[in-house]
Amino acid sequence: MTGRLNDALRRVPVWPLYIAGAVPPLWWLWLGLTGGLGVEPIEALEHRLGELALQVLIAGLCVTPLRRHLGVNLIRFRRALGILAFSYVLLHLLVWLALDVQIPAQIWADIAKRPYITVGMAGFVLLLPLVATSNDRAVRWLGPRWRRLHRLTYLAVLLGAIHYVMLAKGFQIEPLLYLGGIVVLLALRLPVRRRLLPA
Amino acid sequence: AGAVTLSSPRARAQEALEPNSWEEITSYNNFYEFGTGKDDPARYAGQMATSPWTVAINGLVDRPGEYAFKDIMARMEIEERIYRFRCVEAWSMVVPWTGFELADLLDMAGIQERATHVAFETLLRPEEMPGVARPVLDWPYVEGLRLDEAMHPLTLMATGIYGRDIPNQNGAPLRLVVPWKYGFKSIKSVVRITLTDSEPPTSWNVANSREYGFYSNVNPDVDHPRWSQATEREIGGGLFSPRKPTLMFNGYEDEVASLYEGMDLSVHF
Repeated sequence: MTGRLNDALRRVPVWPLYIAGAVPPLWWLWLGLTGGLGVEPIEALEHRLGELALQVLIAGLCVTPLRRHLGVNLIRFRRALGILAFSYVLLHLLVWLALDVQIPAQIWADIAKRPYITVGMAGFVLLLPLVATSNDRAVRWLGPRWRRLHRLTYLAVLLGAIHYVMLAKGFQIEPLLYLGGIVVLLALRLPVRRRLLPA
Repeated sequence: AGAVTLSSPRARAQEALEPNSWEEITSYNNFYEFGTGKDDPARYAGQMATSPWTVAINGLVDRPGEYAFKDIMARMEIEERIYRFRCVEAWSMVVPWTGFELADLLDMAGIQERATHVAFETLLRPEEMPGVARPVLDWPYVEGLRLDEAMHPLTLMATGIYGRDIPNQNGAPLRLVVPWKYGFKSIKSVVRITLTDSEPPTSWNVANSREYGFYSNVNPDVDHPRWSQATEREIGGGLFSPRKPTLMFNGYEDEVASLYEGMDLSVHF
């Protein structure tokens, strides 16, 4: 069953994922310019991009457990998911800088002074070496070090979810669900957990 | 109501303000009883039954009791007030409220001498309020004012916007409006007003006292711990809406600064 699924998946090209991934930001930008995001489009665009980035990062974290525990191999699509997630984080950051905060002095003060922004920025910075090495040449050049470097993803995604939890007003459930999901996906990778599972 | 309004000096000071559109005012709301999304109140608040409606006025008053909303309306003088509205989340609107002064309502009930504060409570009706199924705040929503703040002529009980009945998502059928304080002080859909002799609990202060003080006066110099309060974005400017400097007491400094004379506003925030 999974063998046939994997055979079918091998024949699916990766490039349409990039095209599909470009649609939501462009669509939301169009909506924002034409009133489709409500009366406060800046906040709406910023939040949607941030949430989409987290969702795609979570999808990327699912690839390994799906293969290990269910035998479904989506590894060919993982790089595209990572690059798309980074693009959404970058756009989220640009909307925050250019449309939301606007004032350069306040941007720096916010990064230094506001813990949820510090955490979000740290997550973004951690993604930079990852996106820079998301190509075949870097994989060959780094060899086994590539895998170790890319474990930074775990920390970056965790910081992203914490950033979301920290900016909620009152006790809100959605950010905690994101964080909980990520913690579970990371826990599935712990060596302790693997030893507990039947071989 | 327009003619009445223009004759008062307070109203004349507000004439320069350009009100937001009906759509802006009624589609972008915080009313967590209906959900935490800005569009949740407009989507779900229609379920809230607002007629009949009574307001319990009790505590340190001469004439405590359940006051029917329509009886209150019959006795109050309705006028228009165009006020800035500044949310603690650093956005703002201009709203053409209609309503009456809270002082007139409190006088109707007869304030006793020992009273120092006023406590307010929002309707809590879980079957009509999907948001209260979640413990975002400790329901029902409660707010409070010092008595001199409550009696200030700027302090309004709003019952309408643009001369129409106030929509449910904006706090039907009557809500408080304290224009020099962050929006969450202006409690919606009020069912109880209690005169007390001590500072009453307030929902956001109970939820997080480090971030939300009892006073919550608009103050560009005292930041929210998580974001700056120095600037604000006016709703309605689209994707490229510029930020504007926030004004002390939301622009009502001349009228209300004397209420806080001698207080350290970074302590009593």
